[in-house]
Amino acid sequence: MTQFISKLRTGIAHKNTAVIITFVLLSIMPLFLSDFRTNLLGKFVAYAILALGIDLIWGYTGILSLGHGVYFGLGAYCMAMYLKLEASGGKLPDFMSWSGQETMPWFWKPFEAAPFAILMSLLLPALLALVIGYLTFKNRIRGVYFSILTQALSIIFVVLFVGQQAYTGGTNGITNFKSIFGFSLSDTSTKLGLFYVSVSMLLLAYLFCNFIIKSRAGKVLVAIRDGENRARFSGYNPAVYKTFVYCISAALAGLAGAVFVPQVGIISPAEMGIVPSVEMVIWVAIGGRGTLVGAIIGAILVNSLKSGISESFPSIWSYFIGIAFIVVVMFMPLGLAGSITQVKQKIKQVLAWKERKYGEGIPDTSETL
Amino acid sequence: MESILNINQLTISFDGFKAVRNLNTSVKTGDIHFFIGPNGAGKTTLLDAICGRIKPAEGSIIFKGGVDVTKMSEHQIVELGIGRKFQVPSVFMGITIHENMELAATKKRSIYSSLFSKLSGEQLERIESVLNTIGLYEKRYRTPAALSHGEKQWLEIGMLLVQQPEIMLLDEPVAGMGRKETEKTGELLKEISKECSVVVVEHDMEFVRECAGTVTVLHEGMLLDEGNMADVQKNPKVIEVYLGRGGE
Repeated sequence: MTQFISKLRTGIAHKNTAVIITFVLLSIMPLFLSDFRTNLLGKFVAYAILALGIDLIWGYTGILSLGHGVYFGLGAYCMAMYLKLEASGGKLPDFMSWSGQETMPWFWKPFEAAPFAILMSLLLPALLALVIGYLTFKNRIRGVYFSILTQALSIIFVVLFVGQQAYTGGTNGITNFKSIFGFSLSDTSTKLGLFYVSVSMLLLAYLFCNFIIKSRAGKVLVAIRDGENRARFSGYNPAVYKTFVYCISAALAGLAGAVFVPQVGIISPAEMGIVPSVEMVIWVAIGGRGTLVGAIIGAILVNSLKSGISESFPSIWSYFIGIAFIVVVMFMPLGLAGSITQVKQKIKQVLAWKERKYGEGIPDTSETL
Repeated sequence: MESILNINQLTISFDGFKAVRNLNTSVKTGDIHFFIGPNGAGKTTLLDAICGRIKPAEGSIIFKGGVDVTKMSEHQIVELGIGRKFQVPSVFMGITIHENMELAATKKRSIYSSLFSKLSGEQLERIESVLNTIGLYEKRYRTPAALSHGEKQWLEIGMLLVQQPEIMLLDEPVAGMGRKETEKTGELLKEISKECSVVVVEHDMEFVRECAGTVTVLHEGMLLDEGNMADVQKNPKVIEVYLGRGGE
């Protein structure tokens, strides 16, 4: 009995179990799902990469960005430009000639090279975040004012991308891709490959975020969330750290966009708008902010629910998501992952109490308070 | 004794209201210097000015006879060696007590070193010894949420201590503490003053009597009296504006 309890306790102590289970499940899912569903799941995995970024900035640093759609969109457009050029064989893309554009715009040309496009899908969002973050955080714009500002950013970019039809494809966005790195996008094997690329990217993104939050820099981020003034008077410059985490978060959103496009086959300004941006925050809120695995689970679960419900109730599905959000905010303010941790702690306490009561094992000093 | 802080002709105004007027004083190295006075005397404002939270309208605050801190930003002032503790205990609730100390202890506060560098063995030893001094060693792997009010105050003082500041600014460190906790804080202050100068704003007269080196009495932003506690207590003006009417 004692052995069982101590085993259970070490099991509970290992927080990594949830992560391992999540990734194992994700990698075996294609065995059980149809090609269509696998493709859909791949899209959600892309969203999960973005959710990690939102968790870093919101869950850990306490900055609510309601404009992450912009960074997602920028990353997606970079990748889409490459795919479009590959589809048109380096010639003028179809939508440009429809809009009366006769020559290839100079900034489209380098995107013929895939490595450049992939690099840009990370760098462009990060650069934009650097400029915006530096200006706002240095001037100590925070809280709701920052959130409003990011919403404005989202509107500006939607208008800009819709308006510049000759360069961006306007409202329709960029679509009609044929192949990626020479592999046909309609092939099942390519789709499966892309799914595993998404999962690998998610794993890399997770390891990267985990490295940050486990380092002292991660503690500084939490410190800024809990007491920006105290952090400042401990000698840290919060503006620098906030800009840093905003850039990382934007780059992750860009990566998510780049992973999203080849699987979904289209990117349009609608994906950059305020509504998708707010939805992204909801994924993290439901999954559990402040835990990385919570963000991943939130993004995948909410989107799976969304597609499941929207198939059964096409006209009223958004109410379900709204209700789910309200229920989580009211009854599980820490999200799913947070509630699970709370339950674990309760079990831990009960086990420790039992051990003390029956005098088994070493008295647990951590429970003396 | 030479002075670590020289405050010259300091005037601080908020929308025309002068919270501190033409203040001249200095803090001696190694002293426990108390600023007392009725509410609104400008004590906390003075601390805010020293640590760079507000910028004075006129005057200067010279640190160690060299730089004028009124021209610097908060985190630069911290790097100079001026640590500030606020009235309300402000520690980081989301990380453990030990991690709170780690953040304060490191001298490298750039993102790069926060990501990649580890604390030196010396720093870790210092954290350990400070944790022992403030009596929180046993609880170091818990979050401060589990601490009492007094313990949070000590943790914050401990965080200042591992920064190894040359001067520490404390705003009402014993407010809300019981007699026992106050006594312990007093002992802690005396311990601290062996290593650095301390500036304290406080209302608790017993605590002031127990610990004070120099006492400066402020009234409506101006200096009313300065000296040791025994002399200051006898000053009829001080008794009239502060001690006589419920300063105890």
